[in-house]
Amino acid sequence: MLSFVIRRLLVAIPTMIVLVVVSYVLMFAAPGGPFNSEKPLPPAVMANVEARYGLDRPYVVQIATYVWNIVARWDFGPSFKYRDQTVSGLIAQGFPVTLTYGFWAFVVAVAAGVSLGVAAAVRQNSWLDYGAVGFAIGSSVLPNFVLAPILVLVFTLWLDWLPAGGWYGGEARYVVLPVIALATSYLAAIARITRSSMLEVLNSGFIRTARAKGLPMRLIVWRHALKPALLPVLSYLGPAFVAMITGSVVIDMFFSTGGIGQSFVNSALNRDYSVMMGVTILVGALTIAFNLVVDVLYAWIDPKIRY
Amino acid sequence: MFHRSLCASALALLATGALAQPQLAEGESLAAEQTFSYNVIDEFVTLDPALIEVVDDNDVARQLFEGLMNQDATGQVVPGVATGYEVSEDGLTYTFALRPEAVWSDGTPVTAGDFVYAWRRVVDPATASPYSWFIGLAGVENADAIVAGEMAPDALGVAAPDDRTLVVTLTRPAPFFPQMTANANLFPVPRAAIEASGAEWTQPGNMISNGAYVLSERVPQERIVMTRNPLYWDDAGTTLDTVTALVINDENQAVTRWRDGELDKTAVVPAGQFPALKEELGDETVAVPNLCTYYYQFNMRPDATAALQDVRVREALSLAVDRGVIVNAILAGGQREAYGLTHWATAGWTPPQLPAEAMTQEERNARAQALMAEAGYGTGGEPLSLEIIFNTSESHQQIAVAVGQMWKQTLGIDTTLANQEWQTFLDTRKQGNFEIARAAWCADYNEASSFLDIATSNSEANDFRYVNPDFDALIDRALTVSDPLADYQAAEEMLARDVPIIPIYFYASNFLLNDAVRGWPMENAQQYWYAKDMWRVAEQ
Repeated sequence: MLSFVIRRLLVAIPTMIVLVVVSYVLMFAAPGGPFNSEKPLPPAVMANVEARYGLDRPYVVQIATYVWNIVARWDFGPSFKYRDQTVSGLIAQGFPVTLTYGFWAFVVAVAAGVSLGVAAAVRQNSWLDYGAVGFAIGSSVLPNFVLAPILVLVFTLWLDWLPAGGWYGGEARYVVLPVIALATSYLAAIARITRSSMLEVLNSGFIRTARAKGLPMRLIVWRHALKPALLPVLSYLGPAFVAMITGSVVIDMFFSTGGIGQSFVNSALNRDYSVMMGVTILVGALTIAFNLVVDVLYAWIDPKIRY
Repeated sequence: MFHRSLCASALALLATGALAQPQLAEGESLAAEQTFSYNVIDEFVTLDPALIEVVDDNDVARQLFEGLMNQDATGQVVPGVATGYEVSEDGLTYTFALRPEAVWSDGTPVTAGDFVYAWRRVVDPATASPYSWFIGLAGVENADAIVAGEMAPDALGVAAPDDRTLVVTLTRPAPFFPQMTANANLFPVPRAAIEASGAEWTQPGNMISNGAYVLSERVPQERIVMTRNPLYWDDAGTTLDTVTALVINDENQAVTRWRDGELDKTAVVPAGQFPALKEELGDETVAVPNLCTYYYQFNMRPDATAALQDVRVREALSLAVDRGVIVNAILAGGQREAYGLTHWATAGWTPPQLPAEAMTQEERNARAQALMAEAGYGTGGEPLSLEIIFNTSESHQQIAVAVGQMWKQTLGIDTTLANQEWQTFLDTRKQGNFEIARAAWCADYNEASSFLDIATSNSEANDFRYVNPDFDALIDRALTVSDPLADYQAAEEMLARDVPIIPIYFYASNFLLNDAVRGWPMENAQQYWYAKDMWRVAEQ
């Protein structure tokens, strides 16, 4: 197991380098630049600004300097757009925000999604099953950019229970609506996967044997069915967890939470090269890390898997 | 040699000792909590006055810092750090007298040397300010050469013979120069704080400022909080205690939070909602002029589409655009029909009588059809299909669809529409890969030349490549005469004859404003607002 983890970590290094190089090339291939606007800069001013950010040097030198600064000094550079901020500063400010609401959304989605899926599978073709399936389908066709305004309408404007947006250091009442809005579609997906996988397991031979020997259903589900049924869920959870903790553009823009979710889109639209790279590297590294975590958990849940 | 040139209204205000004391009506009283909160759509780019380019940053800087002159509620220049100025007879030397009571928020006096330092810093290539050209635009001696790296920053035409006197030397008369000193780029900056904290100097705790407010909180992508500066020279005349700016990307969500009472002012009214909100909220739904003009530009490069090189075709296309439909049915938020480039609310501007403006739309259409027939295109002539490009946005799309239909119906011209992502769009325009492109221009200062300058042949913004030496000569001359209005009018008439662009509408700003907040400068065409001149009344 340990050698497997080390091997995977070693493979991660070239993966990251390929990610950086490909992103860099794609970024510069896109037309425009960080300093273009409807009022074009006079050439002398543009030259000064480009020199300030090293954009006047050849691409190869730029990318080498960029990688070197990260490896040698853990320096991701200044933001090209937000002149008062560095990339590390922006991520240090935004990532804890998305981590907070993403984590809670994950907890809610997993706890509620798995419970709902299991309950639906155990009581297949009952009202509970129909309700769960209906909810799951409803949630997947109700995207969060539709759900979020509905939540605000109900909980802010009608009931006046929760604020419509803002973050204020992650005070609980500011976190609730973003968590619900983010969790719902994941919750639905988890419930669906759990239900179908559970149904498959419940129809397999070893469960029939357990039933035949007279074990109560509760014990069968808990002791024998749950673990194998969760395997497909687990492979969904790895990328889902990364997606949730790195935030959502919709949540950040709608609830003004100030997370890094919006940096994905804004930095690309602004051609804020350094922020775009910083966020890409962050998400890339987290994706690699959590895929590894999922693989390790696989081995723990399913004794048949050996590395 | 010198003559006083402070406007009378400014002197009158000075005499009363305060610029804007709260004016309370019968039965009104000041609210106990003197707060004001508003939203912006995008995160603030920078609070360093030298680097500031965008309106939102300028708004914050105007609360935190104070330049030589301010603007009042109607856009007139009034004293700021300077109590007044004298201008030499040739209009090239401005001498500002600085008020002795002006201090930084750490108690040290604001000196003429602070302005010299700040202005040199703006043009210094090492600062790499994207707005460094502004001081050159203002006409300050050697500014452009310093930006280009040909001269040292200390060659800039600004000097401090003593702590209370600032002398500015211009290369050409610029009657709008005092007005430009209300722009953030010409604000003083705290040398000691910048040298101590480097790029971090704009963070709360590091920032020293000289305005009516100081920066007390800044959370990127979330908010900026400014609180009253007790050391500000006119603190006694200031009423609002706290000003909060929230970053809210979603326009509709800002309206929701305004309804919830969290915001006093929204950045905008979402497109298309102005009439309904006006109906519902009355005077709290505001439309004020905004010095920007929306236009379509023709690609005037000699190798571009042949039909568009024919001025009759261009004029016909311009005449066939029914601006009334666009302004009243599509935008419906206080915008006005445009036939010229210079915004109607521009200071000192009287538009010339342009022929197209005087006609009814039926007359315009008839003339457009005649011109197009003469040129031999469209209905009954050679078929013509044109492409309009615009950056992705619902309202640009709506306008392009409407214009396409108008051209089809009136002239029998086909159009295809192509939307592009913003940066791609700018690149396409710059490369000249278009036939007709959407464009807009916002004034950098409140004078007609800020608009007309874009059509001169060496302007960076002239990516439609209109080249007319007569037009260039007019604008050049206008900058040196004492009353340039006639030249500007002649320039507008020339544009109307040559039709390199189709002016479509003059912008208006729409927003929601809580009626408990008073003193918003509705008549200031640049919307330069000062929280120190505003107050909040108790809700009845």
